[in-house]
Amino acid sequence: MNRLRQFVNKAGWPRVIIGFFLLSLFVAAPFAEVSLAASIKDTLVRFGMNGVLVLSMVPMVQSGCGLNFGLPLGVIAGLLGAVTTMEMGITGIMGFITAVILSCAIAAVLGWGYGKMLNRVKGEEMVISTYVGLSSVMFMCMMWLVLPFKSPAMVWGYGGSGLRTTITLEGYWFNIIDNFLAIKIGDFTFPTGLFIFFAVMAFLVWAFFHTKTGTAMTAVGSNPDFARASGIDVNKMRTISVIISTVFGAVGILVYQQSYGFIQLYTSPLFMAFPAVAAILLGGASVHKATITNVIVGTILFQGILTMTPSVINSFLKTDLSEVIRIIVSNGMIVYALTRKTTKVKS
Amino acid sequence: MSQNLTFTEKLKNFFISNAVPILFVVITLLAVPVSGFSANYLIQEMITRIGRNSFLVLSLLLPIIAGMGLNFGMVLGAMAGQIGLIFITDWSIVGIPGLVLAMLISTPISILLGILCGSVLNRAKGREMATSYILGFFINGVYQLVVLYFMGGIIPVKSPSLVLSRGYGIRNTVALDGVRQVFDNMIPLKIGEISIPLGTFFIIALLCLFILWFRKTKLGQDMRAIAQDMKVAQSAGIPVDRTRIISIVISTVLAGYGQIIFLQNMGTLSTYNSHDQTGVFSIAAILIGGATVSRATIPNVFIGVILFHMMFVVSPMAGKNLIGQAMLGEYFRQFISYGIIAIALVLHAWRRQKDKEMERRSLRGVKAEKQPQAEK
Amino acid sequence: MVSEQVVLKMENITKDYYGNRVLENVSFELKKGEILGLIGENGAGKSTLMNILFGMSVISETGGYQGKVIIDGKEVNFKNAFDALDAGIGMVHQEFSLIPGFTTIENIMLNRESLKYNFLVEVFGSRLKTLDRTDMKDRAEKAISALGVKIDPNMLIAEMPVGHKQFTEIARELDRKNMKILVLDEPTAVLTESEADILIQSLKRLSDLGIAIIFISHRLKEIIDVCDKILVLRDGKTVRESPAKETSIRQIAQWMVGRNIEEKKDEVKNEKKLGDTVLKVENLWVDMPGETVRDVSFEVREGEIFGIGGLAGQGKLGIPNGIMGLYEAGGRIEVFGKSLEMNVPVKALKAGMAFVAEDRRGVGLLLEEPIDWNISFTVMQAQNKYLKSFIGGLVKWRDDKKISELAKEYIKILDIKCVDEKQPVQELSGGNQQKICLAKAFAVNPKILFVSEPTRGIDIGAKKLVLDTLKQYNQKYGTTIIMTSSELEELRSICDNIAIVDEGKVAGILPATAATEDFGLLMAGKVDESKEKVSAQ
Repeated sequence: MNRLRQFVNKAGWPRVIIGFFLLSLFVAAPFAEVSLAASIKDTLVRFGMNGVLVLSMVPMVQSGCGLNFGLPLGVIAGLLGAVTTMEMGITGIMGFITAVILSCAIAAVLGWGYGKMLNRVKGEEMVISTYVGLSSVMFMCMMWLVLPFKSPAMVWGYGGSGLRTTITLEGYWFNIIDNFLAIKIGDFTFPTGLFIFFAVMAFLVWAFFHTKTGTAMTAVGSNPDFARASGIDVNKMRTISVIISTVFGAVGILVYQQSYGFIQLYTSPLFMAFPAVAAILLGGASVHKATITNVIVGTILFQGILTMTPSVINSFLKTDLSEVIRIIVSNGMIVYALTRKTTKVKS
Repeated sequence: MSQNLTFTEKLKNFFISNAVPILFVVITLLAVPVSGFSANYLIQEMITRIGRNSFLVLSLLLPIIAGMGLNFGMVLGAMAGQIGLIFITDWSIVGIPGLVLAMLISTPISILLGILCGSVLNRAKGREMATSYILGFFINGVYQLVVLYFMGGIIPVKSPSLVLSRGYGIRNTVALDGVRQVFDNMIPLKIGEISIPLGTFFIIALLCLFILWFRKTKLGQDMRAIAQDMKVAQSAGIPVDRTRIISIVISTVLAGYGQIIFLQNMGTLSTYNSHDQTGVFSIAAILIGGATVSRATIPNVFIGVILFHMMFVVSPMAGKNLIGQAMLGEYFRQFISYGIIAIALVLHAWRRQKDKEMERRSLRGVKAEKQPQAEK
Repeated sequence: MVSEQVVLKMENITKDYYGNRVLENVSFELKKGEILGLIGENGAGKSTLMNILFGMSVISETGGYQGKVIIDGKEVNFKNAFDALDAGIGMVHQEFSLIPGFTTIENIMLNRESLKYNFLVEVFGSRLKTLDRTDMKDRAEKAISALGVKIDPNMLIAEMPVGHKQFTEIARELDRKNMKILVLDEPTAVLTESEADILIQSLKRLSDLGIAIIFISHRLKEIIDVCDKILVLRDGKTVRESPAKETSIRQIAQWMVGRNIEEKKDEVKNEKKLGDTVLKVENLWVDMPGETVRDVSFEVREGEIFGIGGLAGQGKLGIPNGIMGLYEAGGRIEVFGKSLEMNVPVKALKAGMAFVAEDRRGVGLLLEEPIDWNISFTVMQAQNKYLKSFIGGLVKWRDDKKISELAKEYIKILDIKCVDEKQPVQELSGGNQQKICLAKAFAVNPKILFVSEPTRGIDIGAKKLVLDTLKQYNQKYGTTIIMTSSELEELRSICDNIAIVDEGKVAGILPATAATEDFGLLMAGKVDESKEKVSAQ
């Protein structure tokens, strides 16, 4: 009993409840005539697709910039990198690598400016980053229409100008990471490459937080006054964290796309931030503390529920509740995190 | 102090403090000719839109007075208003009684949601805006659950024109034929070819009077005090948390009425989307009208509604005539809505940081003011 | 004038905080129209006494008090400050409690506005009554005129000079009905000399109106000028209650600081030899809220333990914070003969200085992080120690093993009570947290160590250990230590010289062996008199 209580305390109630909920969905799956193997595979693939995006939350949370609702900025960098590479006609693994390099460069520049701005609005980062994200997506919507891209694979068939809303990656780098070292077990394909990639990215974040700079960044998030008294340039650390988060956001969307098979332009980046934020919170992160474990646990739980509710719940209730559940769980999680009493009030 | 300023200084101050509205006047003046719309058309559009939107935008005033910033949670009220409209449509109560009943139904729901929102915001002091924004999404999920699954099932809604063919859940669009524009046409008035929704204007005027009067009440005074310094207000015995909740409750209830007025003009309710942009557009409008996160007046509301909607109407056509893409204007107006909110928030946060520094400097006292020069 | 009618009587008040006795058998009475000067060092029990009078929640939350509070002959027991206000007690706090964007009238009337009825009140309650601005103006003007001063009733507080703000605060209390007792906590601290004089006149007027006043001030001259009688507290006990006419500033100062521990001092001090000047501070000003430093100059020699004392809020804490670059500061600082770039914390650290901050939880510690992080962080970041370099120094990897060892070492040396070095510091007691702050500073091997309020909020055993550690560290490594403390005795027990800071300036520097009353006088702003006249011109 005691041990159970300890476990619950350590994991936190929301995780335990959602965890049990997910577990019961898996248990119920066979009764709902939903294939367990397919469900698990879906969950795993979705985890791989979204993992890096969720990971991109970590640096900013750790440096005290809060949850990165401005993730669309990183996504935009990723999209720009991808379409530019396609315009250049580079395909296959080289294409993907070029896209990553281009995206990272763009993301670094955007992140730098974004970080400078967030330093001027300390304490209001979250609501401001939301609207910066929204308005930059809208700005890019205009840009997708007017930027002089020419490749027929991307431009609207009629008129000959303006990019399409969805661009297929078939023939470019569709599933290039998923299929790397993929293992086939019956119908079940395990996307080894996707997991290796996530592991490498997670390792990079882990390693970064073991360096001098990473340590300083954690201290800035934990107590900026302490860090300053130890001679740390707080604003510089915050800017670095924003740059890293934005770069990871850009890489994250590239991984997502290569798995999904399409580049989605226009308003689609709007829908990337909330699931990622909800996932990391679900994993046990708070507004100013996040670990890689939070990322992994949260992404599995969140994506698990997204995969399982449509199939299991819907077949029981004979109705599609999944969208509503997604909205309630993800936003409820964020509201819960925002109203949680933090141990220290920051100015 | 002000009489010491020269005319140029006054002019400069006027431009600085009204930079946003002036900028939009300029944009509009440039875009109107490009769009090619006739003056009559634009005037009619503006009059219609003032009637349609002002009440919603006015509902934002109280939380700003109480120092809680822009109430992104106003969509909660909008949802309550829509629930009221769904019921009266089901019961086929038409005309003014229908709308009044819809308002009556929305009121208790708004009050409950307002209390919820206010209490949540009291737990998230200092990040009210982010929290109310997300809370809007959360309640939207609950709203969908109720309207899409409970209505027609657990909650009795009978009319086959409302309920989805599967037997429960409300259809995507609800035609509000019975109450379409009944407020607008309550007192018919037409000047030349332009019809004026005098009835709605009358209601809006009443609300303005209410707000003006409210600022003179004890409650209004308490809200002003809390906005400036919660601690001092608390120590003077003003019930801070309660007052903050009241301001959100009133705002939510008004937003509910506002949404009903908005929809009676539109004539159709898009069940799952109508409230989506209510918050963003209303907030963008009040900011374009020159309001800030901490200061807003009734003129801000009307100037904002006119400028925002002028841009809204002309930008797609202007975009089409300029580049041949109507979508460009569509995106442009969304970009402006979000962008103006982002800029207003940045300026507010930045100014607050600057104020804090100034305050610290002022503590230095008279004697030390000379020191900085001595250091060189 | 003073009548014979007693309005307030506090009898045998005793109060413990967690077994720590802060007030013992304090009694006094206050007659109608009488002005009582309440005097004592920080921690003498003044604020606790006032908190009891006001029924503040800290008192009941920590187990209440013993003794009786009698107002107009009836014993009272206030549940909260509002009860006290209703009973006719008003208080003007040291910090202004005003709404900056409100006018004088609105502030005086805050939450007591004159109201007019309208029918909506029946539905929505009395808060929908409208304000009666004309009546509010009348009442405000009446309160202001009772003070005998001229303030524009329609001026915004934000645009007002400090003195007017103070009068507005007092006027607010005067507007209360049945206002009998007014408590003023350091009301003159923020005022210029002439403003203070006007305030003193106003207080006398109020006393003529029959209002009893408790006047708390460290400016003893004012106390003598205005008070009918004085009550001196020290260590929670009444040292003296006497008519003001029968005392002198010097005498009060002596009562206030008291205690004679001169004897045990001499043996230690004589053998110490100080080196050259290592720190030279000239015309320092610091923008630290609540501890503003205006113009401070002093020198510290190698191996010295230099004390900075003074009452709370006078600016002593601002000095180390300003030197270390934590708050905006100006002036000139020389460390080992080299000029120090100000407002850049890392420069101060690199110059060989370290700082144990007074605000342990706010600045001193990473509460959520483990002990070893806290101890090693500063030395790691400022001196690149406890790091492993890879790829030619491009990657600087944290050496967790060495960090652990470092922490373990200090846990042993300083006897820090904890589970292990991985325990988050927020789980430790105040004393142990303080030791971690010391360890953090020791770890950088400072040549000059600043220690602020090292014993604040920790128990007696830990106090002694902390002080002994500092002393030993000084002896063993010859480290220069600059210690800031509100407790004069603590400073005198380990320091060589002590500067007393008053109103943002050094009131004087004395050897620790100087007579107690001399320190008391410096704190009381006595020595400043001559200087103030100069600056006033």
